[in-house]
Formats: sequence, structure tokens, C-alpha cells
Amino acid sequence: MYRYDEFDERVVRQRVAQFREQVGRRIDGSLTEEEFLPLRLMNGLYLQLHAYMLRVAIPYGTLDSRQMRQLALIADRYDRGYGHFTTRQNIQYNWPRLRDAPDILEMLADVQMHCIQTSGNCIRNVTADHFAGVAADEVEDPRPTAELIRQWSTLHPEFSFLPRKFKIAVTGSAEDRAAVAVHDIGIRIVRNAAGEVGYRIIVGGGLGRTPMIGKTVREFLPKDELLAYLEAIMRVYNLEGRRDNKFKARVKILVHELGAEAFIARVEEEYARLDGPSLNVDPAELARIAAYFAPPAFEALPEGSAVLDQAAARDPDLARFVRVNLYPHKMPGYTAVTVSLKPIGGPPGDATSDQMRALADIAERFSLDELRVTHIQNIVLPHVKLDEVPQVWAALVEAGLASANAGLVTDIIACPGMDYCSLATARSIPIAQEIAKRFADPDRQQLVGPLGIKISGCINACGHHHVGHIGILGLDKAGIENYQITLGGDPGNEASLGERLGPGIDAEQVPDAIERIVDTYLELRHADGESFIDTVRRVGLDPFKPVLQPKEPARAAA
Amino acid sequence: MPLLDRNGWKPESWARDAAAGAAIVPFDQVEAVLGARRPGQRIGVDLPNDVHPNALLPWQDGLDFVAIAFPRFNDGRGFSLGKMLREQGFAGTLRASGWIIPDQFAFALHCGFDEVEISEAQAQRQPIDQWLQAPALIGETYQDTQDGMISIFKRRRAAAEAA
Ligand code: SF4
Repeated sequence: MYRYDEFDERVVRQRVAQFREQVGRRIDGSLTEEEFLPLRLMNGLYLQLHAYMLRVAIPYGTLDSRQMRQLALIADRYDRGYGHFTTRQNIQYNWPRLRDAPDILEMLADVQMHCIQTSGNCIRNVTADHFAGVAADEVEDPRPTAELIRQWSTLHPEFSFLPRKFKIAVTGSAEDRAAVAVHDIGIRIVRNAAGEVGYRIIVGGGLGRTPMIGKTVREFLPKDELLAYLEAIMRVYNLEGRRDNKFKARVKILVHELGAEAFIARVEEEYARLDGPSLNVDPAELARIAAYFAPPAFEALPEGSAVLDQAAARDPDLARFVRVNLYPHKMPGYTAVTVSLKPIGGPPGDATSDQMRALADIAERFSLDELRVTHIQNIVLPHVKLDEVPQVWAALVEAGLASANAGLVTDIIACPGMDYCSLATARSIPIAQEIAKRFADPDRQQLVGPLGIKISGCINACGHHHVGHIGILGLDKAGIENYQITLGGDPGNEASLGERLGPGIDAEQVPDAIERIVDTYLELRHADGESFIDTVRRVGLDPFKPVLQPKEPARAAA
Repeated sequence: MPLLDRNGWKPESWARDAAAGAAIVPFDQVEAVLGARRPGQRIGVDLPNDVHPNALLPWQDGLDFVAIAFPRFNDGRGFSLGKMLREQGFAGTLRASGWIIPDQFAFALHCGFDEVEISEAQAQRQPIDQWLQAPALIGETYQDTQDGMISIFKRRRAAAEAA
């Protein structure tokens, strides 16, 4: 894991002091509310429906047990004993008070954390593959690149007042688990024909009210040119991105309106005039950052684990957990364990302070002191010995964290929606809870197989519904919540946006409709266990359309 | 309008009057005014923030001063414009003019601005000490800046090599 040096430490401490001072100038009236707004947003502080919300950066989702314990302590001291993990690999507290915010920032700084640029029209905290350093299909760990970008973008003098927010994601694997195609900039670490490692740069993806898949603007960028190239993109966007309409201000609209070719030409022109050598960092500095992410001290272990096999043979619940929640590790004898924050009937992504402490203890003892937050709002224990999975599982059971549903139909992403968010047009957490209850039977979930449901409480799409295999968007129709269902979205390698199944339906009808979509899929899928998304891609939406008409016999078409 | 730089309030030495000895003129008049320049007359230009810096290239050697408009404090185009003008060799005085707040003063200095021109009302609300202390609040940058700060990346290398 990255550790701050004296420079990083000073910047974060100074930012805390600066924010304290900014709060003081807001209170004495020197700053108007309008002027203070972007300053507090750039420190992650939102005004929500009931209270302030503080969003803490967990850069590229990586943290250690000490940091997790501090997050638990903050939850106890300043919130109501829990925190909410988000689709941006962050944690949010929903009940802090404005005057406490600087003290919370201080506590975060004590464990090398911060809230810098977790909101506002600036370059946001950078996300990366949650299986970084674990996955066997990795060209290179994406986190050194993400950390480099974190530092470069921190308090960037030129790019702190952009037309709109700006999100960057990095993946180093063949399989894209970081959804790079739907970010403002997506970065894929790739190898060229000569075997050199570099970056494929994708610009202009995004969700929100105008979802778009990003365009590749550079097939192969040499590694040491990254920062200068990013500066060129940011500059074109800062100068030319639309500022007349908030809803057209993201870079995706600029790319779309100019056309990819013209956009690329602008970027390349700017890139040619920039002083690249002064912007790009010395390879020695890159190496310094990368060294922090060197593989931890793995033991030489055999493939597989008799201990685990025997334990799983004795206990069907453990066996199920092993089948569903383990991800193969590149090192023999190790595995990555997904800890689901989606218990049936619970709010997706929430963890109590006790659960956070339990996770910290487990990570310290069994996962080389490392944890990851995923953009699916779960936690990963990245480096667990297969032999120790039974102990990890037992500890998770005790903490109420052993839901065996990673990647299954009840592993639902839901934005805060009407329960917390002032922009919401509908509820999303209760919808997720109701759907999960329908599929509570673990055998049924496993029979259905991988299926991602994503729910947003308004058109802003924080729940990423466009890229849900099943997407649900809550709208307001003459004062009544109305839900639109989309099918066929996918955030991964073959990124695609879901298509609307038909007219919106009432909240009460959503769980039924989802059940019938799943039943229809089970009837249509090939015997070889064809996945939901593959089936939808093969048969299209038509066979699913009858499910939205509750009065008629649902399967007539199938 | 009140004018300040990193040392405090300062008197205005320019006038938005093409006949003045130090004259600021609108961007679309720059060609004409430069053509009619009196000996010894200094010329500056008011640059809207939607003009690409390339547009100033033909004139910039004849200009002693550029004021870049900040119509709203959260419209950050001026930061890029200022920096790009410096990078393309503009060596005169660079002013941020309009609505910028003390919390952005460091960014403006880092992007190559020398001074800031704000409204009377803003100057009342945000006294000079707030402007002077703001840039000192963050004493490190991860970027090389136009006002001479060396990026943390480079300082780390220098420290490593010295060790
Ligand atoms: S999608 Fe809408 S309701 Fe949900 S968190 Fe985003 S803004 Fe709020």
C-alpha cells in the first residue's frame, strides 16, 4: 500500500487547516454560501436531505486495518454508528455536523486519509480494479498509475474549476472490472506489439441522463507520457466543455458534439504544444510509487487446500460461500474473498462500526492487513490463504457479514435515493430490499447465477442503472414513484447500455416484474448455464416484454 | 476597481481608455490600437475567457498587459488561458479580472497571473489579509507552477539524489 511521505503528509494536513479556516470565513460572512459551496464540495461535504453528508476518499479502494478502524471510530463519534460504502469506492457518513467536519478531517489525516476532491467540479478520486494485484490476467497493477494520478490531480491549479465533475478509472486486467468505458477518462494498461507496457486512453464515457460509452483516443500511450497527455485532455475540456448547461457539461457531451475525431485532433494539438518533459514524472519517481504496491510477502503454498475442502464438505453454508464469494488469486494457495454488504433486506453498502472493526481484525489476521472497497459496494479481503478461509468465514458469520451472494441477483447496487438524497425522485434502497427478499433462497440465487441489478433514484444514475444487467430507474410521475426497467446493460469488456423494456411501473410491481424477468430468463437460457446477460444479448428484449403487463398471462410469449 | 497582488492592495496604473498612456482596450480593437500606438504608449487588452490563446499570438509581443475575464468565480477557463499565455511566451503583466475569491488566489498565481482585480463589494467582504494569507495555506504543489514552485515529484527526486 502507498504510504505518505513528508510531502503528501503536509499537503493533507494543510488542506485540513485550510478547510477549517474556510469554514470560519463562511461563518463570519466573508464567503457567501455560493462561494463556499464549491470549497466544501471539494472537501467532500454535501448538504443532503436531512443533514450534511461527508464523503471520504478511499483512493482506488485500498485501505488497511488501521484506516478501517479509524473509519469505524468516526462512525461512532460523528455519525450514528455506521457508514455507507459507495459505487466510487468511497465511504460516506450521512449525519455529521458542519462544525465537526474539520475534526473529522483531522482524524482522517491521522491515518493518511482525506476527503480531497470527492465532490465538486474537479478531478475526483481515482478508482481502479478491486482485484488489483490479485487477478491472474493483469498486465500490471493499476494502483501505481492511480496513485500517480491522485497526486497530480490534487489541488491542480488549472483544473479545480472545471465545467463539471471529472472521473478517472484505471484497470490493468484483460477483464475490465473498473468500468473504464463509462468514465470521463478510462485507462487500460496494455502491452503493445513490441511487448512494452503503456496505456489505452478512453474518453467521454459516462452515465447520468445521457449515458455514453467512451471513445478510444489513444490506442497506445507510452507509460511515461501519461501526465502530459492527461493535461492535454483536461485543457481541451476546461476550455471547450460547455458551461451554459449543467446537464451538457460533462466531457462526454464535448466528445459527442465535436465528434471523436475532432476531439482527438484538439487533444493532439494541445499535446504537441505542451511542455511534456516538465509535466511527466521521472521514471524513478514512478518506480518509487510502484514499489509500495509490490506484491506482499506471499508464502509458497500448494495449489488448492485440503483443509478447506474438508471443511466445506462438512458445512454446506461454507461450501456455498466458497462457491460464490471466492475469486481466484494469482498465487497458489491464496484467494480473494468478497465480503458482501448486501444482506437480504439490508441497505446495500452499509456497514456498522462493529462490522468495520470486525473486517479490520480479519484483514489484519488473515489478509496481509489489506482491504478493498469495490464499486459494487462490497469489501474484498484480497490475500487470504485457502487454508484459512474456514476461519475467515466463521468470523464473518459472527459479524453478520457472510452473505453468500457476491455477483448474484441479490448483490444489488442502489444509490441512496429518496432516503437521503435531495435530488431523488424515488426511493431506491427499499426497492433493493424488496427484490432481495424475493430471492432470499440461496439455492434459487445460485441457480440464477451471475446477475447484476442496479438501481438509481433519479436520472443522475448514481446507481449505474444503465449498465445493470437489469437496470431500475426511479422517477416521479405526477407525484407517484414510477420505475423504468432496462435490460442488457453491462459495465465490463463489452460495455453496453441497457434498453428500456417498456413503460414505467409502480413501486409495488417492481419485485414481481424482476421475478418474472428472471423466470423468463431461466426458461430461455441454454442448458450449458448461459448467463443472464448472454441470454439477453442472444434473444433480445422481446421475450421479456410481457412481464410488464401484470394482468395477462406472463409467459405467453416465451 | 480594487486591485491587489501578492504584496497587498496596489494602485491602478492602467486605464480602459485607448488614448491613455497605459491603455487597456477590448480584444477586438487590439489590431487597430496597436497600429495607431503613440511612441512610448503601453497597450493592454481585455481578453474574454472564450478566446483561444492562439488568437493572441500575432499581437502578444506588442502587448504589455492582458486582463483575463473571470465572469464567475467557478468558471475556471481563465486558469488555463493564463497558463497557456505564459507557456506561449507572453511576458507582460497578467491580471485576473472580475470575480475570483481568495481561495483561488494561489491557483491564479500558480497559473501565471500577477494581480487580481475585484469588485468594491467583494473587497469589503474579503479584506486584504484574507488574500495575503490564502496562498500560504497550501505550501506544496504536485505541479510545477508559473510562480516558481517545483512539483513535489521533482523535489522528491532532488531529495533522493542529494541523500
Ligand atoms: S441517482 Fe439521483 S437519487 Fe440517486 S444518489 Fe444520485 S442524485 Fe441521488
